Amino acid sequence: MFKALGRFFTKIKEGLTKTRKLIGGALRALIGLGRTIDQTFLDELEGTLLAADIGVAKTEEILTELKRRYKAGEVAKGEDLLAFLKQSLRAELQAPDQELAWAAKGTPTVVLVVGVNGAGKTTTIGKLAARYKQQGKSVLIAAGDTYRAAAIEQLGIWAQRAGVEIIKSQQGGDAAAVAFDAVAAAQARGHDLVIIDTAGRLHNKEHLMRELEKLRRVIQKRLPEAPHETLLILDATAGQNAVQQAKIFKDAMGVTGLVLTKLDGTAKGGAALTIRRELGLPVRFIGVGEQIDDLQPFDPDAFVNAIFGDE
Amino acid sequence: MFTQIADRFTSIFNRFRGSGTLTEDNLKEGLREVRRALLEADVNVGVVKTFLDAVTAKAVGESVLKGVAPGQQVVQIVHDELIAVMGAADSAIPFAKAGPTVILMAGLQGSGKTTTCGKLARMLKEQGKRPLLVAADLQRPAAIDQLKILGGQIGVPVFHEPGLKAPELCARGVNHAQLDNRDVVILDTAGRLHVDDALMAEVADIHRRTTPHQTYLVIDAMTGQDAVHSAKAFNDRLSLDGVVVTKLDGDTRGGAIVSLRATIGKPIKFVGTGEKLDALQPFHPDRMARRILGMGDVLTFVEKAQAAVDETEAKKLEERIKKNKFDLQDFQDQLKAIQRMGSIKDLLGLIPGVGAKFSELNIDESVFRRYQAMIGSMTKYERSQPELIDMGRRRRIALGSGTSTNDVQALLKHFLTMKKMMGKMGDFQEMAARLPDNPHLTPEQLANPQAFMPNPNKLFARKDDQDALKKYRQERKRKKMLAKKNRR
Ligand SMILES: Nc1nc2c(ncn2[C@@H]2O[C@H](COP(=O)(O)OP(=O)(O)OP(=O)(O)O)[C@@H](O)[C@H]2O)c(=O)[nH]1
Ligand SMILES: Nc1nc2c(ncn2[C@@H]2O[C@H](COP(=O)(O)OP(=O)(O)O)[C@@H](O)[C@H]2O)c(=O)[nH]1
Ligand SMILES: [Mg+2]
Ligand SMILES: [Mg+2]
Repeated sequence: MFKALGRFFTKIKEGLTKTRKLIGGALRALIGLGRTIDQTFLDELEGTLLAADIGVAKTEEILTELKRRYKAGEVAKGEDLLAFLKQSLRAELQAPDQELAWAAKGTPTVVLVVGVNGAGKTTTIGKLAARYKQQGKSVLIAAGDTYRAAAIEQLGIWAQRAGVEIIKSQQGGDAAAVAFDAVAAAQARGHDLVIIDTAGRLHNKEHLMRELEKLRRVIQKRLPEAPHETLLILDATAGQNAVQQAKIFKDAMGVTGLVLTKLDGTAKGGAALTIRRELGLPVRFIGVGEQIDDLQPFDPDAFVNAIFGDE
Repeated sequence: MFTQIADRFTSIFNRFRGSGTLTEDNLKEGLREVRRALLEADVNVGVVKTFLDAVTAKAVGESVLKGVAPGQQVVQIVHDELIAVMGAADSAIPFAKAGPTVILMAGLQGSGKTTTCGKLARMLKEQGKRPLLVAADLQRPAAIDQLKILGGQIGVPVFHEPGLKAPELCARGVNHAQLDNRDVVILDTAGRLHVDDALMAEVADIHRRTTPHQTYLVIDAMTGQDAVHSAKAFNDRLSLDGVVVTKLDGDTRGGAIVSLRATIGKPIKFVGTGEKLDALQPFHPDRMARRILGMGDVLTFVEKAQAAVDETEAKKLEERIKKNKFDLQDFQDQLKAIQRMGSIKDLLGLIPGVGAKFSELNIDESVFRRYQAMIGSMTKYERSQPELIDMGRRRRIALGSGTSTNDVQALLKHFLTMKKMMGKMGDFQEMAARLPDNPHLTPEQLANPQAFMPNPNKLFARKDDQDALKKYRQERKRKKMLAKKNRR
């Protein structure tokens, strides 16, 4: 337990230190100089925010507000600036109190996992299954990606690693049928949690999005209030397209939350800020590696502090 | 956030227009918009700065051309400079003079390496080569199965020996290729983060042991600002020969391509445009430049349309329209052709100036299916003589197609209006001018296949884009003024 916890902190630190080197370094240099807030300063700050994939619109919003405060005399020094920035970003990132919206007792909680190709859906499912198994839940996972080569085998290995049961069919099988069977099996066998994998798909392919909508409808035939959560997996290395992904997946599937993967690299996943503001979707978890315990509940303080290079 | 850059871009045009000369000031203002466009397209912020400096140097040094609006000139410079940065198209793979050509594929997790290995193997096999795939991703669960399945699909053997470390496995794969008389070896490696020292050392080791003739970085087109960091790290370790950009079938602008070209200067060898193994294409810098600037990928649209429409069929259809012989059978054929082209919304998005209009629009494509079902339930006679479809026939058609007589009535009405309009509806420019200001198009307007047919070559010739846009805007302005007047 303590070992796992220690490992977690090291992981987060490792991942975030790299982040810090890039962003925090730049900002610290800015602030440390005790400079006044002039145009050059603002330009540099803007570059720093943009480099985090925060996006032009959000960046401009921050800068405008900053300038307003400066003029009003509320912000004069670097420290004030940092506090303001942190606060404005953090305020937008509050996650819900619960990790997942659980179903009523006696009903399995159904979590549907969606996202573009290669985002980290299958891996995240393995990690989630292990997490809730450890918390004493009875977990079932469903190999709803019947399209990609060896996707079923891949999830099968995760099922073994997590020590949970899996429902699957053949490659080329009907994904909606697998999902339906999984929900039915969970009801019959009294599982607490069903997590359904889906094939990666680009959000601009309407026929693939329709297929996903059908999958949801089919689940609902078995359990009308399902899915209780629809998690969109986003790759932190993705740029502004992530916003478009979130918008379309949300419209089509009623996404309820995000998982930001691959935060163990140097990418910061700043698009999550825009997604939160424009679509109201909170980040639920972050992925910080390829191992089964490399999943963490999202912590807005840590996320923002990491961006600005503070512990 | 979701506004199309194309629109803003056009407004820069217009601002420049009429100013006559290119001053420092209007250049600055225009370039600010360009900067925004590039950043929204995910070009790295540092790269954008260098790029704009280069553009400024060019624009200021150059004298304003006679007869060309300065705005247009600047946009042209931006466009050309983008193409220059992205480099010429080069999808040639230099093969080894003796022994198998070794190709090493590397990149971040989930970028598309394994799929691209399959695509490359398929392409080379079609070119008469005898490729061997080596499954050396020992990290991701079932990665070896994945490659084996892909190999099976294209009839290319996959080499793997359990119990070995990746570098040793790859070295043996190359040996095996020699013995098996294979002339190309493609090494699929595990995805790795550029900051993962152990895994980066491993891939460097693979490189050392196999001395590949070509080493490609596989990168996701959706990558953001971070592209420069990973590209640089992989290039430092492996001295890359080229890059493969995947998932360009998405709607990302793909500015990462500019970032990595500017950072590592290696050619973009291929692009991936789908999950299937035939979705590998050469890179077109000109199209990419337009896409990054949000100017619409018209050429791709034309290609899609061409693939869907048989040229001679289109000619025949044109004839029939001219002679006023267009009937429901032709209509049916057109609907099918449109559907073959893929999602209407995707397609509209490719047309400059039109994309913005439709971004908020929810297009109900089921109307196409419904129409087809109804026409499918008609007799030959009814299709050629739609005017003669009476209530009894309508009822039968509705029953046969699972629709209502009202639906059939609507279809017929739509068809007849369309037929009437056809004589007047010559080309896309007019179509664009006809788009209503309200983005909520009726199904009729959407289902009007004349908007896309019959001769895409003529309708979407590239030089016409800007004129079309201009006309369309003028027309819209005129209509608005008219509406105002009428209200008074
Ligand atoms: N470093 C790192 N790698 C990750 C993380 N999450 C997933 N990956 C890797 O990213 C790659 C793709 O992950 P998958 O889980 O297969 O992604 P997917 O979305 O299911 O992919 P498709 O089903 O192919 O669309 C794999 O190599 C994973 O090991 C993470 O948080 N950090
Ligand atoms: N739409 C689309 N998907 C792709 C493309 N290339 C790869 N993919 C998908 O992206 C995901 C990851 O690809 P994979 O080859 O396993 O990546 P790897 O982890 O780098 O080996 C899979 O779901 C592929 O089907 C492409 O060009 N377009
Ligand atoms: Mg998967
Ligand atoms: Mg792979």
